[in-house]
Amino acid sequence: MTKTCLHRRSFLQVTALAGGGLLLGLYPKAAALAQMGRGPEVLNPTDFIRIGADGVVTLTSKNTEIGQNVYNTLPMLIAEELDVDWKDVRLVRADADAKYGNQFTGGSSATPSNWEPMRRVGAAGRQMLIAAAASTWGVAESECATASGRVFHRASNRSLSYGELAAKAATMPAPDLRSVKLKDPKDYKIIGTSTISVESKEIVTGKPIFNIDVQVPGMLYAVMQRTPVMGGKVASANLDVIKAMKGVKAAFIIEGRPLPNNYPNYLFEDAGFEAGVAIVADSWWAAQKARESLEVKWDAGKWGAQNSEEMARRAVELSQQTPQRTLRNDGDVESIFKRDDVKIIESNYVFPFIAHATMEPQNCTAHYKDGRIEIWYAGQIPQTGRTMVARLLNLPEKDVTVHVVRGGGGFGRRAYNDLMLDAAWISRQVNAPVKLLWSREDDIQHDYYRCGGFQFMKAAVDKDGRLVAWHDHFVGYGEGNAFAHDGGFMPTEFPARFVPNYRVQSSVMGLGLKTGALRAPYSNSTAWVIHSFLDELAHAAGKDPLQFRLDLLAHPLPVEANNNNRMPPGLDPARMSGVLKLVAEKSGWGKRQLPKGTGLGVAFHFSHRGYFAEVAEVTVQTNKKIKVNKVWVAGDIGSHIINPSSAETQVQGAVIDGLSELIQEITLKNGAVAQSNYHQHPMLRMSQAPPQIEVHWLKTNNPPTGLGEPALPPILPAVCNAIFAATGERIRTLPMMKQGFSFA
Amino acid sequence: MIKLKVNGKNQQFDGDPEMPLLWYLRDEIDLKGTKFGCGMGLCGACTVHINGQPMRACSTPMSAVADQTVTTIEGLSPDGTHPVQIAWQELDVPQCGYCQAGQIMSACALLAKTPKPTDAQIDAAMNGNLCRCGTYLRIRAAIHKAAELTASKAETKPAAAPKASRAGSRLMPNKK
Repeated sequence: MTKTCLHRRSFLQVTALAGGGLLLGLYPKAAALAQMGRGPEVLNPTDFIRIGADGVVTLTSKNTEIGQNVYNTLPMLIAEELDVDWKDVRLVRADADAKYGNQFTGGSSATPSNWEPMRRVGAAGRQMLIAAAASTWGVAESECATASGRVFHRASNRSLSYGELAAKAATMPAPDLRSVKLKDPKDYKIIGTSTISVESKEIVTGKPIFNIDVQVPGMLYAVMQRTPVMGGKVASANLDVIKAMKGVKAAFIIEGRPLPNNYPNYLFEDAGFEAGVAIVADSWWAAQKARESLEVKWDAGKWGAQNSEEMARRAVELSQQTPQRTLRNDGDVESIFKRDDVKIIESNYVFPFIAHATMEPQNCTAHYKDGRIEIWYAGQIPQTGRTMVARLLNLPEKDVTVHVVRGGGGFGRRAYNDLMLDAAWISRQVNAPVKLLWSREDDIQHDYYRCGGFQFMKAAVDKDGRLVAWHDHFVGYGEGNAFAHDGGFMPTEFPARFVPNYRVQSSVMGLGLKTGALRAPYSNSTAWVIHSFLDELAHAAGKDPLQFRLDLLAHPLPVEANNNNRMPPGLDPARMSGVLKLVAEKSGWGKRQLPKGTGLGVAFHFSHRGYFAEVAEVTVQTNKKIKVNKVWVAGDIGSHIINPSSAETQVQGAVIDGLSELIQEITLKNGAVAQSNYHQHPMLRMSQAPPQIEVHWLKTNNPPTGLGEPALPPILPAVCNAIFAATGERIRTLPMMKQGFSFA
Repeated sequence: MIKLKVNGKNQQFDGDPEMPLLWYLRDEIDLKGTKFGCGMGLCGACTVHINGQPMRACSTPMSAVADQTVTTIEGLSPDGTHPVQIAWQELDVPQCGYCQAGQIMSACALLAKTPKPTDAQIDAAMNGNLCRCGTYLRIRAAIHKAAELTASKAETKPAAAPKASRAGSRLMPNKK
């Protein structure tokens, strides 16, 4: 599985030195991206483009493929500006290395943070090939043109292929990437076309391309029994029994490290090394079987008594007390609530912890030898993982090589580098290459869970049916001013800025569970609460739910100057109204007669720079079995859909993923996760999926943005609102089975 | 000693008879196309054919496959041109791709019995195969497409190689 290729042909060499570099800070306002950035200030095109004498173009794909087809997407941008045919392009994966810039794969950031840099890399390569041709012919560069991997001089009817020019191009001075000329979008030949995953054939023929398939000569297999309670320790274990078992090569305790204080951001803080027992054997089955005989006495530590029921009870208690913090307070909510000419609506919403449960269980292969380590991991933030491993093993970073491999799903889970740390540690301990592979039970019980929460909502509508006050007491987890990682609330969320009196307050309780980013973090719960409650307000106001939302969007208040949150400021109402109107038109909103027991629901959400509005048609059968008949999605992610086939399937997948979140729940019992496998943490099956999910794009004059995440959040409230339209029953607690609903 | 046939090849195994077939395939004879998902027969990622029937390799002990015939994704066709494999590529079905070997094996078993399945028959046959990325709509469409390809193949000539992306030819990555 090594990704090293020996290139014996001549390659395009570009020396990008001072002045020839590309500044990464092309979107300086995107604070979130800046925070993720750990790369160098310059990108060198030679790290991305190689052209052989035979004209074969090899491009390096820098981000991690976990199902979003980014392996194609970023090289498509280079190929477009390099002006080569996609059929002549080959791809290689980048190892984790700062020379590729920021390899952060998450937050739907690949497109917005690479749209311009990758095109400029391609354009720089093209410019050097033109310079080589112009010099060969003794003509001006401005007289030359390119197409399909050739440079043309029309006046003299001459042309040379890129392959013929590659060696000479390597000697040309590097252009300044900031000023290279980019194509007029009307000339795009690759951007905007559907290219199927270049690994499609490998996938359908079962080639060993996934993380779990990595094979290193002499490799051993490891399992790990981690502490069931966060921060727990191993008091004792029957290691002698385990070591004597067939196939077992080693069994040892991993002490782990004390937990960091105060709810760290596990993405970047070195917090992922927990206590447990590792068993290493000559086959995975032998290691896993030995584990059945493993007896561990745990010291559970401070979180051993934690239970979900108690946490829910505590949340209600906190809701009745003065909120601990005020996150935002516009206008005067209380004075509106005292008026007797407004209608007051109060509702409580509850959403659970949920697990990522990627189809490929977490795994990592590591090979420690002579003070160096080589790692194979489908990590979403591989450079950070590399740094963490270097720190854990006390090695210089140059002696840590991280090969990024294809992952069987990520959804945020592979943004956490805990498996790298465990595998690296175990490999060093046994001084051999080791594949650490988790069982599904390990995977579900040791996740960085989507954080649960409780929202106590109160709002007022006036006589004209206008929303005049909005109050949200968010009760979550954390301590003091710190929320559990990715478990807080963004006080910039709609309808902030669209209602004159708007207040969000919060209270937290302690939590002994690691939390983290699950596809569309924050938004996947926030959108459900906000758009379910907005639906209640529309009905209370006697207005059509879609028109109620359009009316709200029509009256934005000025943007707050003191917006210091890490997400970009709130949504652009024009763009959101655009997708809302489009989805209304496509779904025939308000124009269709539906049978009894069938309803339409609508919701929208702005997240990860994307604008999405969705309508669901749902039939509720007797005994509360629901069938989602059809979903209409309208999205605005800017001026271009880079790969339409991938874009459509991402959106359809996001809808189905979101529907699964209506039936998932992780609970704690005595500090440990109570669920263990798919029977207790289900996901949608084919017969439960909507037979049709229509995807419509509204192209607007904005830079293209990402798609992994923003299509997901609206589907949860759209379906719950449709259930209300069909039955008059409002779902305020997830999973929906708590109110008796399930998928037919 | 357990004797079995895998993808047309005779094999012998004298290890732990309780070991699931999945680990034999993956780690003993290096057929890594069959995937580990849940270990309990809940997700279908490990689906193989045993005597033509779709079975979950993760919960089939080696003792149960003595003298049986096993087909894995690698044995479906010599060159990846089974109509289901072609349809899967034409319709750009995979996202992460991890579950797709199991999906394809279930689909092939369905089509072998039911050459022109209805949506309901597809749902019934495929409901044991989870897809975390949510590619169900394209899987369903690809099964219909494969049924068409098979029917037209029976009538005329062999199925064409997968049509490329709408942009041009599909491409293959550089591999060692």
